[in-house]
Amino acid sequence: MLRDPAGHGLPATAEAPAGCRCRRRLTKALPAKFDPTPAEMKPSLTNPQRYGHVRVEPRSPKLDAHGCEVLAEVRHLGLQHVEGVHSSRVYLFEGALSEIDLRLIAEELLADPVAEQFALGRGLADRPVGGATIEVQPLPGVMNPAAASVREAARRLLCSMGRSGVVEQVQTARRYEIRGARGLDDLERIASKVLANDCIETWYIRGIGRADAIPDRFPEPPTYTFQRRHVPLRSLGDDDLRRLSRDGHLFLSLDEMRAIQTHYAKLGRDPTDLELETLAQTWSEHCVHKTLRGAIDYRGDGFGTEGTIEVRFENLLKETIAAATHALQRDWCLSVFVDNAGVIALDDEYGVAFKVETHNHPSAIEPYGGSATGIGGCIRDVMGCGLGAKPIASTDVFCLAPPSFAPDRVPQGVLHPRRVLKGVVRGVRDYGNRMGIPTVNGAIYFDDRYLANPLVFCGCVGLIPRRHLHKQPNAGDGIVVAGGRTGRDGIHGATFSSAELTDQHADEFSHAVQIGNAIEEKKLLDAQLIARDHPSGCLYSAVTDCGAGGLSSAVGEMGADLGATVDLEKVPLKYAGLRYDEIWISEAQERMVFAVPPHRLEKFLAVFAAEDVEATVIGRFGNDGALHVRYDGATVGELSMEFLHHGIPRTRRTATWSGLTTSPPPQAPDARSVPRPPALYAQRQGSGSGLEYVPDASAIAGEATSRVRTSSSDNAGRPRPHDRIDRARLLSELRNLNVASKEWVIRQYDHEVQGRSVVKPLVGRGAGPSDAAVIRPRYETPTGIALGCGLCPEWSDIDPYLMAVLAVDEALRNVVCVGADPNRTAILDNFCWPKADSEESLGALVRACKGASDAAVAYGLPFISGKDSLNNEFSMSASEAQRTGLPPRLAIPPTLLISAIGIVHDVRRCVSMDLKKSGNFLALASAPVVGGAALRHAVGFTAGKALHDRVAGLIQSGRVAAAHDVSDGGILIAVAEMCIASGWGASVKVDEGALGCGPWDAIATTYVLEMSESDATASGLPIIGRVLDAALLRVQWGGAEAFDVSVEELARAWREPLMDGGH
Amino acid sequence: MPRDVRVLVLRAAGINCDEEVMHCWRLAGASPTLVHVNALANNPGMIDGYSVLTIPGGFSYGDDVAAGVILGLRIRLDLAETLQEFVSRGGGVLGICNGFQVLVKMGLLPGGAFGRNRATVTFNDSAKFEARWVRLKVSTDRCPFLTPAATLEMPVEHAEGRVVTVDDTVADALQEAGQLAVRYVDGDGRTDRYPANPNGSVAGIAGLCDPTGRIFGLMPHPDRHFDHTQHPQWTCRNPVGPADGLTVFQNAVAHWRK
Repeated sequence: MLRDPAGHGLPATAEAPAGCRCRRRLTKALPAKFDPTPAEMKPSLTNPQRYGHVRVEPRSPKLDAHGCEVLAEVRHLGLQHVEGVHSSRVYLFEGALSEIDLRLIAEELLADPVAEQFALGRGLADRPVGGATIEVQPLPGVMNPAAASVREAARRLLCSMGRSGVVEQVQTARRYEIRGARGLDDLERIASKVLANDCIETWYIRGIGRADAIPDRFPEPPTYTFQRRHVPLRSLGDDDLRRLSRDGHLFLSLDEMRAIQTHYAKLGRDPTDLELETLAQTWSEHCVHKTLRGAIDYRGDGFGTEGTIEVRFENLLKETIAAATHALQRDWCLSVFVDNAGVIALDDEYGVAFKVETHNHPSAIEPYGGSATGIGGCIRDVMGCGLGAKPIASTDVFCLAPPSFAPDRVPQGVLHPRRVLKGVVRGVRDYGNRMGIPTVNGAIYFDDRYLANPLVFCGCVGLIPRRHLHKQPNAGDGIVVAGGRTGRDGIHGATFSSAELTDQHADEFSHAVQIGNAIEEKKLLDAQLIARDHPSGCLYSAVTDCGAGGLSSAVGEMGADLGATVDLEKVPLKYAGLRYDEIWISEAQERMVFAVPPHRLEKFLAVFAAEDVEATVIGRFGNDGALHVRYDGATVGELSMEFLHHGIPRTRRTATWSGLTTSPPPQAPDARSVPRPPALYAQRQGSGSGLEYVPDASAIAGEATSRVRTSSSDNAGRPRPHDRIDRARLLSELRNLNVASKEWVIRQYDHEVQGRSVVKPLVGRGAGPSDAAVIRPRYETPTGIALGCGLCPEWSDIDPYLMAVLAVDEALRNVVCVGADPNRTAILDNFCWPKADSEESLGALVRACKGASDAAVAYGLPFISGKDSLNNEFSMSASEAQRTGLPPRLAIPPTLLISAIGIVHDVRRCVSMDLKKSGNFLALASAPVVGGAALRHAVGFTAGKALHDRVAGLIQSGRVAAAHDVSDGGILIAVAEMCIASGWGASVKVDEGALGCGPWDAIATTYVLEMSESDATASGLPIIGRVLDAALLRVQWGGAEAFDVSVEELARAWREPLMDGGH
Repeated sequence: MPRDVRVLVLRAAGINCDEEVMHCWRLAGASPTLVHVNALANNPGMIDGYSVLTIPGGFSYGDDVAAGVILGLRIRLDLAETLQEFVSRGGGVLGICNGFQVLVKMGLLPGGAFGRNRATVTFNDSAKFEARWVRLKVSTDRCPFLTPAATLEMPVEHAEGRVVTVDDTVADALQEAGQLAVRYVDGDGRTDRYPANPNGSVAGIAGLCDPTGRIFGLMPHPDRHFDHTQHPQWTCRNPVGPADGLTVFQNAVAHWRK
C-alpha cells in the first residue's frame, strides 16, 4: 500500500512561511541565545547538506519522565531484569541546511537549554553506536502533526534570521536505549508490545548483534497518471458480485449489488470505480442504518406483557425510537434526528446540541488513533449541527475486557486489553484536551466479551444560538472544503465498520486507521465560529462535517435535494499520487464542507486565511438533482441523487425471541473482572441462593458464540456471593472493576477547561464518583445542563428489552441525582451489537429498541439523536481458537448506551453525592421498575416515573444534602461511595426483608438520599441509616452479624484496582 | 470615574482558554480585547494603550517539540522588541498554564529578558497530563497580581508543568529576589509532596514573576476559579468574598487603574 512519501509533508517548496518578515537581524531578533562565532564560519560548517538530523535527549535520568514511564511498562510486560530506558527524540531534515542552520534550529527550537542536550548528525541514519537501541518512526504517510509544526517553525526561524538554509521535509522519530535487555527477543517484545504499533509505525533495532538499516533518505513521492476506470459490473454473476463486494471492501449485500447492476444495465453502461464506491459509502450500515431502519416481522415474547406476540415493523427505528419522541411532542426539542446532532432548548436564545458516536473498529486496531479521531469526529458533528455549535463538553464511555486478562490467551490480531485501555484513554485525553473541550462524563465497563471488539463511545455537547439552527444550501453556492488536507488515510472507514474483524484485519484494514491532529481542528473551529458570527451575518448557508465516506458522503448529503458538481483536482492534497476515487472517499480528518453563496465567498476565504486555515472551492451546488464528479475536466462519476439516496433495496427480515433457555451453569465469574449479572434475576426466579445459572450469550445470539471467561481460581469453593454480608464481601465489591474508582482515567482528562464546570466527575474531599456532570453553558446565566449515562449490558443475557429499560432508568437517575429536571431531560441511543444476521439476534435488537422506547415514553424522555454500530464480532482460525481456548467467533454482549442531557434550572441548587453532615439521615427512595413475579416483564413504569419526579422535587426544594444512585454493587456500595467521597462515616441498619432486596443487588430506580432528620422523617421514605462523625461504615443488615469498616479501608479497596491503568 | 484598564488577550492556534480569561477580566472590571498573534505581529503598535497582555492556557501549536516552544519562538522573532518596550513602560504580562510555559521558554520568566534561561518547565514527573485542585501560597510581595501571603485554591491541568533549574542555587536566588511568586503547599505547609505538588516542581514552584513583579506566570488556572460553584467542594462550603482565582484579575485591575 502506498503511503505519504513525504512524511506527510507538503510538496517540497522553499517559500517563506506566511507572515514571516525576514528581518535579517541575526543577533537582534534572538538576543543572547544565538551567537555565531567567526570560527563557525568555516566552509565545512556553511556548506549546505541534503540531509541532516538532530537528536535531543534529557540532560539527566531524573528528567527523563518518558523513559521512566516506558521502563514501568517494560517491567509490567514481565521483563523485570531490564535496568533502564533512556529516551531521546530525533528530528530528520531534508533540504539544504548547513551545520550552522541545523545548530540554529536545534538551539532555538528543538532542545530546551536547561533540561535537554542535543547532538547534530549528518544524513538521516547516522547514529552513535552504543548499547541496545530501538528507534521508532512513523510509517511514511501517517499523519505527524509534530513534524509539520517543526517544519513551519524551522522555516520561519531561518527566514527571520536571514539564513539561506531551506527546510523541505521533516520527520520525527523516538529513540530508546534499553539497558539490561538479555537478547533480541526482549528488544522485539519491547518494540512491538510497548513502543510501537506496526499499523502506523516501524522500528529499527540496533545492538545485541543486530543492526537494522535506518533509511538514509525520505521515500520518493509516487506519481499519478489519470486513468478513468470502469468496473465491468453488468457481466458479473452472483458469485462474482459477492466477491467484488467483499474484496473491494464495499461490504454490500448481494441484493444491493444486484440493484446497482440493474440500475447500470438500464443506463446501458458500467459504473466507474468512483460511482461504485460512492454507492457503497452512502449505502453502508454506518451511513444509512439499514438494519435498524429495515422492515422486520417480529415474533416472540411480548414487550412488557405476558404471552407471545407478532408485530410487523415497516421501519423499526421510526416505529420505536423516533415514535417515542414524536409521541412526547416536547416543544423544547429544537432539532431531532434530522441533523448531525440533536438539539434541545437551553433558554430563549440558545440551544444545546448533543451527539454520541462510536469508533469501535478503528480503536480495536489502533486504540490511540481510533479514540482520538472518534472524539474528533464527534466534535465535528457538533460543529456541523445547524450552522455550527460551539463544543463545550465531551463524554466518553469504553467497554473493554479487563486489563488483567491473561496475555497468552489474547488471539493473534488482537491487542491486549491493558494496551487498549491505555491507548483509548490517551487518545481521548490528547484530542479533547488539545481542543480545549472538557471531558466531563463517562464510564468504563469491563467484560471479557469485549476482548476483540472494544467499544469506544465519544460524545460532544455544543452551544448554539437558536437563530443558527437552520441551514440550507442553495443552487449556485460554492462547495468549499476547509481544514486539513486530504490524504490516503482512513480509506474505507465507513464500509470497514460493516466488516467482521478477524485475526488478519490489522493488515487488511490498516489503511482505515486515522491519526488525528487536534490543533488543525481547533483552528478550523475558531475560523468557523468567526465566519458564523461575522458582523455582516453568517458567511455560509450550510455546513457539514467530512466524516465517514469523506467528500462522497458530505457532498452527497448536502446536495441531496439539489445536485452538485465537484472538480477533484482542486482538493488540496497532503502529497501527490492520490487517485481520483481515493480523493473522493478519503476520510482524512479535520475537514468540514461549507456551502458558500458567491457574494460571500471573498469574505469567507479571508476569515479562514487569517486563521491559517486552508479553504478551497472545489465545486458548486446545482439544481439538476445529479452528482457530477470530474477530474481535470473529465467526468469520473455521474449519479442521480434519487438513486444514490433512495435506490437501496428494502428487505423484510424476520426476528424472533424465544426468551430464556436454560443452559448449564458456566464457570463462576471472576469477581474482580467480570460484571456480576443482576442478583435480582436469580432471586426473582425463585432459585433461592443466588446465581444458579447465567444464560449464555448463545441463548441470545442463537449461534456458536459463547461467553468468554477468564479462568479464575480465587472464586473456586467460595460460598455463593449472596450468602455473605460481611466486610470481606463489601471490600471485594468495591474492588470489582466496574465499581472501582476510575480516577486514574479521569485525572488525565481536562474536565474544567472553558470554566463551565459545576459538578465535576470526582466530588467531595475524597474524590468520590459523581453520578453525572453539570456544566453552565453560559457564564451569565445560572442555567446548567447535567450529563449522565446508563449502560447495563449484563442484562442482555437475560433480556435486551430489560437491558434497554434499565439503561434509560440509570441515565435518568444519574442526572436527577445532581439536580436535573426529569421533565426537561432528553436522551440519546447508541446501539452496539454483534452481527444481527440471525433471527434471534435481530429479535434481541427489536426488543432493545422497544424497551428503550417504552421507557422513554413512560418517563417522558425524548430521544434526540442516536447511532448504531453492528457487526461487533471477531473470528479466528481453528488453531488460534484452540491455542487461546476461546470460541472461534467472539461476539460482544448486545450493548445499548443511553446518554442523558437534562436542564438544571439553577446550578446553585445542584447536589453532589458526598455526605455533608454527621447526624443527617440516609433515606432510601426506591420503586424498582423491574421486578415482581415475572422478571421478563418491565412493570411499574408509573411508580418509577413518580419516584424520579419526587426525588427531583426534593432536591429542587433544597431538602437533599447528598444524593446517589444505587447501581452496580447495590445499596451498601452506594453508601460506601458516599462515605469515601466525604471522609464521613455512616451507619446502616436494615431489618430483614424490609426492602425486598439484598445488599448487593443492582436494583433499578433507587436512590440513597442524605437529609436532615426532620426532612427525612417528613418525607416518609424508609430510613436506612445516618451519617456518623467517625470515619467508619457500620452495617447491620437483617440477621447478619454487624460489621465495621474504616472509610480509609473502603477508599483503598475502591482506588487500588485501576490505579495506573490496572497495573 | 476610575481609569479604564485595557487588557490584550492573545490568541494563537491551539490556545483554548481565551473565553474564560476574557470573562475573568470583565468580571474584574477590565476591558479585554482578544487578538490573534498573527494580527499583533502584523501590527505591533496596537499594543499601545493597553495595560496588561495575557497569554491564556491551551496547547499552542499542539505542544509540538515541547509546550510553549513554538509560540515562544514566534513571539521572540516577531514581537521581542514590542514586548520589551511594553514592559519597560510599566505594562504587565500574565501567562497562565500554556501562557506561563511560553513566557519561560522565551526567557521572559524568570529573568525578565529574552535569552538564555536558568529555569525551564518540563514534563511532570508522572509523565502524564494530570488534572487536580491545588493550594498555593503567595511567596512574594512585589507582584501586582497577587495578595502577599495569601493562600489560593485553583486547579492545575497540564502535562508539562514541572519547573526545573540549571542548579540548586537558582531557586534560592529566586526566593531571595522575591520571584517565587506562588508555591504549591499541603496542609502542613510543605511544598514537595505529591499530590499537593502535582508535578515535582523544584521548591514547589507553581508560578514565577520577573524582578519587577509585573511579568507573572503560573501553571495553575485562576481563570477556572472565578465563581464559587467551580470549587470541587462547593456543595459543602460556604465561602465569602470573591473566588480565589478572580482575585488575581481584581488585584491587577486595582494596580493598573492607579
